[in-house]
Order: sequence, then C-alpha cells, then structure tokens
Amino acid sequence: MAHASSYKPNTAIEKWLDDRLPIARMMHDQFNDFPTPRNLNYLWTFGGILTFFLAVQLLTGIVLAMHYVPHESLAFDSVEHIMRDVNWGWLLRYMHANGASMFFLAVYIHILRGMYYGSYKAPREVLWIIGVLIFLVMMATAFMGYSLVWGQMSFWAVTVITNLFSSLDSIIPGMGTGIVEWIWGGFSVGNPTLNRLFSLHYLLPFVIAGLVVLHIWALHVPGNNNPTGIAIKAKSDALPFHPYYTLKDGFALSAFVVLFAGLVFYAPNFLGHTDNYIEANPLQTPAHIVPEWYFLPYYAILRAIPNKLLGVIAMFSSIGLLLFLPWLDTSKVRSARYRPLYKWFFALFVISGISLGYLGAKPPEGIYVILARIFTAYYFIHLLVILPLLGKIEKPTAMPGSITDDVLGKKPAGAR
Amino acid sequence: MAKKTTEPTRRDFMTIAAGSFAAVGGAAALWPMIDQMNPDASALSLATIEVDLSPIAEGQSITVSWRGKPVFIRHRTAEEIEQAKAVKVDELPDPEARNDNISADSPATDVNRVKDENEKWLVLVGICTHLGCIPKGQRVGDAKGEFGGWFCPCHGSHYDTAGRIRKGPAPRNLEVPTYEFVSDSKIKIG
Repeated sequence: MAHASSYKPNTAIEKWLDDRLPIARMMHDQFNDFPTPRNLNYLWTFGGILTFFLAVQLLTGIVLAMHYVPHESLAFDSVEHIMRDVNWGWLLRYMHANGASMFFLAVYIHILRGMYYGSYKAPREVLWIIGVLIFLVMMATAFMGYSLVWGQMSFWAVTVITNLFSSLDSIIPGMGTGIVEWIWGGFSVGNPTLNRLFSLHYLLPFVIAGLVVLHIWALHVPGNNNPTGIAIKAKSDALPFHPYYTLKDGFALSAFVVLFAGLVFYAPNFLGHTDNYIEANPLQTPAHIVPEWYFLPYYAILRAIPNKLLGVIAMFSSIGLLLFLPWLDTSKVRSARYRPLYKWFFALFVISGISLGYLGAKPPEGIYVILARIFTAYYFIHLLVILPLLGKIEKPTAMPGSITDDVLGKKPAGAR
Repeated sequence: MAKKTTEPTRRDFMTIAAGSFAAVGGAAALWPMIDQMNPDASALSLATIEVDLSPIAEGQSITVSWRGKPVFIRHRTAEEIEQAKAVKVDELPDPEARNDNISADSPATDVNRVKDENEKWLVLVGICTHLGCIPKGQRVGDAKGEFGGWFCPCHGSHYDTAGRIRKGPAPRNLEVPTYEFVSDSKIKIG
C-alpha cells in the first residue's frame, strides 16, 4: 500500500464513485499497478492458485449443500443421491472432494516456498502468521467436510480425532471426557455431531475468505518477497502486477487445473478410501483407519509417540510451532539461495515431511514406528534446534546488489 | 478527559458501571450458546437398557447398544476367568478397576471387574480407551490379541479376558458401566 496511487478516473461516474468509495482506486493500485518483483518464479503462482481453489470449493460446496441432508440416517444416502440423481451431481461432488486435495497440494507448495525463500522473515511475520492460521482453519474445514459423507472412514475419523481431546483427562480427570461429550452432543458420535459439523463446515470457508483478505493486505504492505530475498530498491526491480503476473499466474493455474481435471474425470476416487462407500456403523470399526493423504504426516507424528497426551501435544505443536518460525530462524538472510547449509537442512525437512506422510498410511508396527520416531524427531529438531543455531553458525554466500543485478546476471562483489 | 481530578468522577463511575453491566450480560448470554452443545434431553433419556442374558452360551459374547455406544457382554469360560485371575495387579499398565459400580480407587483384580462376584459375566463399554475405536474379539473369527480378550485394530491395543489393557497405546482398562442384576439372567445397564 506504500506506492503512490496511479489511478485516474476517466468518466464522470468513476470520479463520482472515487470521491465516495474509492474501491476502483484500491483495485487498480493493488491488483493492476501493484509493483511486483520482476524475478518471481513459478513457485510464486500458488497464492493465485489457492485463491482459485477457495472459490471452487465455495461454489461447489454451496450448491452441494442444496442437495445434502445432514442427518445420521439420511446423510449417506443423500450423498449417493447427489452422485446418481442430481443433474451434474457427480461432477460437483468429485470437484469438491478432489478440489480439497488440490487445495492442500497447493498450500503445501506455497508454505514450503515461503520456508525456502525466507518469506516469513521481517517485515512479513504477520503475513506468515495469518497464513498459518488459514492453514489451521483449512484443516478443520477439510476434516469436517470429510465427516459429512458419513461413511465408515468419515465416522471413525470423527471418533478418533474428537477423542484426542479425551487425553486431557490425564491433566484434570473428567475434563477431557466432558469436552468430548460437549463436542459430540451425546455419548458417542451421532446425529447432533453430524449436524454441528455441517453447520461449521459451511461457516469456516467464509472465515478463510476473511483471513485471505487480511493475508493479502499484510502482503501488500511490504510487497512480495522474491527468489533473491532482496527488497525492491529501484523502479527497474519491479513490474506492474497486471499484465505480467496476472498472465504468469493464469498460465500456472491452467496447468494446475489440467491436473485437477485429470483427477476429477479419470481417477475421481484415487485419493479416497473404499471404506468410505460403506455407510457409517457405530458398532464396527474398519480394520485400518487412515486419514486423507493431506493429514498423514500429522497422523504419523501422533502415532509415533507412545503416550496419548504427548502424542496429541506433538501433533498440534508440529503446526503451532510454525507460528513462531519468524523468531526461531535467526538468520538475517532470507533466501536459501545464499544459505549453503540451510539448503540441505531444508531438504531434510521436506524429506521428513514426505516420509511421515508415507508412514502415516502404514500400520503402526515394527520398522514403521521406529522410522516415524526418527522423522518426527528431525521435524522438531529442525525447527527448535537447527534453525536457531544455524543463523549464528552459517556463513552466507555473496549476494547480488539488487534484483536487477541478479536478473541481468551481474556477478556480486567478491563473487563465488 | 477535560481536566485531571484526584477524586473519581461521575463519568468514571458510569464507565465502570456500564462496562461491568456489558461484561456480565455478555457472559450470561454466552453460556446458553455454549451449553446448547451438551448432550440434550433426548440423549440423556436413553440412559438405561435391560438385557436378557439367558440366550448367551458359555464362551459367547454379544454386543448391545447403550447410549449409542457398544457394550460387550461376555459369558466367560472357567479358563478365561482363571487366566484373568492369574495376573498380578502390579503387572498391569493400568492398576485401577475402572468399574463404575465400585469405588474409583479399587485395584484392577478380576473380581473388581465384575459385579457382585458374578464372575461368569463380564460387561464392558466396548470402546478402546485410546482413541475410541471398537476393539475386535466379539466374533468367533476375530483376532483377540495376545491376551485372549480383545484387540483394537486402529493402533494395536491388546486387552485381556477381564478387559484390562495389557499392551499398546491405550491408557486405561475398558470401562465397566454401571449395571445391576435385575434377576439371575437379566441385567439393567445405566
């Protein structure tokens, strides 16, 4: 919001509106003429992709809710009714279900891009924190949405995840059970639970939309980070957002949507579980309960720790710790390009995350438990020990003088 | 504030009074919003059921639904009772009886897991104390775990023939619900 406005109302009506509500001016300054670093790579297109998928989820979700019935004895059938009877219902539901997966794929790339290029560092801490909050609300929303199908996996996922709170019984006896029964509205997962999950599943996406507005606002105060991590210093470092980045974002989005369409049309159940096509049965647990792929790393962390309460704490703090990332990382250099050691630790961190995802889908026994413990340990050591120390030990490599110098390939002073 | 005074002014009083009124009113209005989520009257009204035990042969188990939860009723064989009695309490991961019919600090001996020393009948809430899955072991072909009782497939908890946790992540023994013998072959749960 720092740059001078270049908006010029051309017609009398534009001028009239601009004096009363300068919304056209804001849109022009923020999304048309906004100065954007000229060197952004394709990893920077995922913000736009995420906005698109939020819109897809909202639109398909709102129309699906016109056909869905949030009642324990009707929910499962109403989903099948959507699939078989409702015009285009199969398409809407497959878009919504796979859209959630694409949303998470994009958000993981978006988060890891921020971690690689140090986008969370000053002056972008608030931007990062809002991002972590969006991620948390997204996870809650996805979990609730999955429960609405009311298949076996839905039902038992709700049972297991809500039961996490019963671990609080080991702090104050009865507190955990009280909270769990409050969440359920009964003595087990049942109709009241389904009803409230539906209500909240409809609400939370709008909370996300509100947080996205704050996220973009917090982005537009300092402006975009970029692969060098160096701030814009001169006019030659930046390009107007439109048409340069609207086009680049649009191209990346098109490619990403091809993947989405591939899933929706050719493998709509590839990421799902067959058990969820069996109606929820409160008296029988499926032999293997596995969450959706995007929750697997956290599930692996939960199971890696033999103590129930500590497992729950570890699982929640694996995300909660990210809120403190701007202060855990003590290095002044943003981009991993100029951090020879951090690069490797970052790679290990990504490998740990992917491995935990793999292990989360495996039964909790033998070598899988041991590996899950090793990778869980690295996940926390990376955030709590390596990042604070590395900033003090590591010697950064020489950086270019500016974004322009980097783009034009000018060797930094005292180059490698 | 226009001028500084050492004495509290009437405006200070009004600010504090209005603020307190809003805080108390807000808190009072919040409680119904929170409490509406607790189990309602219809959920509480399903609190008791009666079960006829006469058709359950020795060695057989049945599952009944109580408050939406499965309740396991097992007619234990002499061998199963013997097996459960042979274990010392201090070897158990959870040494407490977890029997709602007796005082909370009772030790988890086999006799404390049944009602009125009627050791043939074991009545349990069939919900794993780890994360709420239903353990296997009720049906003839089911895996019963290493201790012959129940085995939870979700995260690998093993329960013995008295429903006590023996191995795995579950922190507590399976809960024994409140129940009483209405007659020799009939119980009332709840």
